[in-house]
Amino acid sequence: MATSYLVFIILGMFAVTFGIRFCLFAKANKVVMPNWIEGALGFVPISVLSAIIVPMIFMPDGRLDVGLDNPWLLGALAAFVIGLIKQNQLLTILVGVVVFYLSKLFI
Amino acid sequence: MEIQKLMKKGMVASIPMIVGGIPFGILFGSLAMSNGLSPWFAIAMSSLVFAGSAQFVALGLIFIDAPLWVIVSTTFIVNLRHILYAADMVKFIKHLPLKWRMLIGFGLIDESYAAVRPLYGNQQINVENGHYAFLGSFLSFYLMWQISTLIGVVAGELIPGMSEWGLEFAMVTTFIGIITPYLKSTQLKPVAPYWVALFGASFTSLVLNGLPNNLGLLFAALVGVTMGFLATKQTANSIVKEGV
Repeated sequence: MATSYLVFIILGMFAVTFGIRFCLFAKANKVVMPNWIEGALGFVPISVLSAIIVPMIFMPDGRLDVGLDNPWLLGALAAFVIGLIKQNQLLTILVGVVVFYLSKLFI
Repeated sequence: MEIQKLMKKGMVASIPMIVGGIPFGILFGSLAMSNGLSPWFAIAMSSLVFAGSAQFVALGLIFIDAPLWVIVSTTFIVNLRHILYAADMVKFIKHLPLKWRMLIGFGLIDESYAAVRPLYGNQQINVENGHYAFLGSFLSFYLMWQISTLIGVVAGELIPGMSEWGLEFAMVTTFIGIITPYLKSTQLKPVAPYWVALFGASFTSLVLNGLPNNLGLLFAALVGVTMGFLATKQTANSIVKEGV
């Protein structure tokens, strides 16, 4: 692979990533958010993050798999339930990972 | 409150997600190696781009020899969600000098937003001092990401097949740990709209999974936000009616 290709990939990715994160901060004093946007923004994290992980959970092999032999589904369900009950992030992460690997091992 | 205490507050809030990020960083480093890339490439990307999911998508595209413009525009789409975090953070940081705003912009990842934003919400930090908490959170995530990438680079060389261990599951549980607090009812907010957003985004992401360049992700996020927002209006209306 050409070195210049790889260098430009990194520079290009840096430029767009930083650009997206920084553009509203650049003229932060002049940015005025209407109320309804403020209200809608509250739903951004939950929507984006679930849109990232749900296909990983339900389609680990690119196909819908809702069987109880799907370790991704079992681990995610365990984490979700613990997260709702316990409200403890570290516990949620650890329980999810443990259930995931146990079911990978036994299924 | 002094600066060190504030930075520590940001770091402590980040610990669970740091634990979840380590396997993910290791996976990135080892995947780069098993795709035949140089260690420097993996390290440079983690330190300059600093965007977990986009880095993974880029590796996949490099692997299939995708042209530069495809890789850069895909990165744009995958990371577009961060502009929404920025839009939410603007009110807390707009008075800060440019170099602070650049630093916070550079470090505005899912995890640091998820760790620090609630601290503003429950008044543990405020507009005057919150940026130090963000700095503490950002530095700890940044350090974690570099070290775990490095471990992955080394381990990927030594242990073949590591990329098939399912280490990316750590990202799944980390994100679940970020999501679930929104879904638990408190006196402060009605919780139903968040469930609506969750189901809207999840369902759409499955239906549109086949779209190229992760476009399904973007649409699913928009559907979730729109449905959650509409559900809030619905809830507010019914409260007003009951009140009368």
